[in-house]
Amino acid sequence: MKSETRVLVVLSWLSAVMIGVAAYLVFIVAPMERTMGLTQRIFYFHVGSGWVGAAAFLVALVAGILFLRTGRPMWDRLAVSAVEVGLAFITMIVVTGSIWARSTWNIWWTWSPRLTSAAVMWLIYVAYFVLRSGLEDPGKRARFSAVYAVVGFASVVGTFLSIRLLKDIHPTLFGSGAAEEGGGLAPGMHLPFFFSLATFTVLGVTLAWHRFRLARLAAEVAELRARLTLRS
Amino acid sequence: MGERAGGARGPGRFWQPAAAILWKDLLAEMRSRELISGMLVFALIVVVVLNFAVELRLDLARQASIGFLWVTILFAGMLGLSRSLAREKDRGCLDGLLLCPVDRGMIFLGKMIGNLIFVLAVELVIIPLFVFLFDVAFYRPLLLLAVLLGTIGFAGVGTLLSAMVVHTRSREVMLPILLLPVMVPLVLAAVRAGRAALHGWPLSDYLPWAALMVAFDVVLVTVSYLFFDYVVEE
Repeated sequence: MKSETRVLVVLSWLSAVMIGVAAYLVFIVAPMERTMGLTQRIFYFHVGSGWVGAAAFLVALVAGILFLRTGRPMWDRLAVSAVEVGLAFITMIVVTGSIWARSTWNIWWTWSPRLTSAAVMWLIYVAYFVLRSGLEDPGKRARFSAVYAVVGFASVVGTFLSIRLLKDIHPTLFGSGAAEEGGGLAPGMHLPFFFSLATFTVLGVTLAWHRFRLARLAAEVAELRARLTLRS
Repeated sequence: MGERAGGARGPGRFWQPAAAILWKDLLAEMRSRELISGMLVFALIVVVVLNFAVELRLDLARQASIGFLWVTILFAGMLGLSRSLAREKDRGCLDGLLLCPVDRGMIFLGKMIGNLIFVLAVELVIIPLFVFLFDVAFYRPLLLLAVLLGTIGFAGVGTLLSAMVVHTRSREVMLPILLLPVMVPLVLAAVRAGRAALHGWPLSDYLPWAALMVAFDVVLVTVSYLFFDYVVEE
């Protein structure tokens, strides 16, 4: 208990410092991209958010399956924490992507496969919370949302594969893809890129852990309150 | 598990619980006609309303006809799906079904095939209606195959989610919110494949989308079959 709080304090400070260093690397150290100019720098945050969002949904999938197998409330709390943090980062990806698209493609939004599948993914995990809010019984809430997280994870896989299998206006940086020509990172971009990736990972873990702890404390309070009403 | 219900052995007995549930649903529907008649009237209204989206212009409606077809199928189909399990629950039949000593997967298959047949029955009416209203060649076999492939996935994941939704507050609102985002990839593929079939484009424009639909159907129906147990138990 005590040591968990200490770890969380350290992680929170670490995230803050890393965000500062990442911002310095991205805005000062990273070289200027030739055609896109300043707006290319949004990419360092965009990819970081996408990675954390997808990883969080994967955690929710695994936690959901573990809940269905064991029935321990801990796994449900982990799943909901992961989806909440993941949804925040996926919202970030839509916002940063739109800003970048406005300056590069001259439009805020287009229905390319990548953008469509990302929008669907966002909607599915919003629906996840609508489902939870509609169920009062905690056991059912945990079970149903775990099943929905399994079904919904197809959208994460689809979003990852969309630019690799279909022709898309969205750039692909890694692996083979239709839009790969001209991709790849200039040498000076490697450090800012991988550092922001690490920063977002630490930030995501920190946020999810805080949310996880909050869920556990809320459950403890609810239990204490129930015991109190029983006694009186 | 299935063998326990019938007592006898053999592959035919394995399917017996699912067939019994399917037969019960079909019989109830033949007598009451409450699901299909409601879906059909609603489908007609949707088709009329969709025309307003294109300012009642026939040329635009024809261009969007496959999209219109799918919006109609989804909206009318959801109406039926949300009733299919709500009906069981409200009349206390769901508990009876769950008490049966049969595999829950069999209950899922019985309900899913029933829902599939009801949606297909509605499609049987609205596809000729589209041909009549918009003068589009919707009777092409490849197009009908694409509609069938899309409907299978719809019935599969729709049955799973409608079993969840009956336990929620405001179930009528919940089903579209849960189901429509999951259906987007399948509908997109169905529309793309359908358009290729409608215009008689080469098979290379059709097959990738059909293959995507088959993959989606397999994944969605399998996941729904496997996880149905968790959404019906009390």
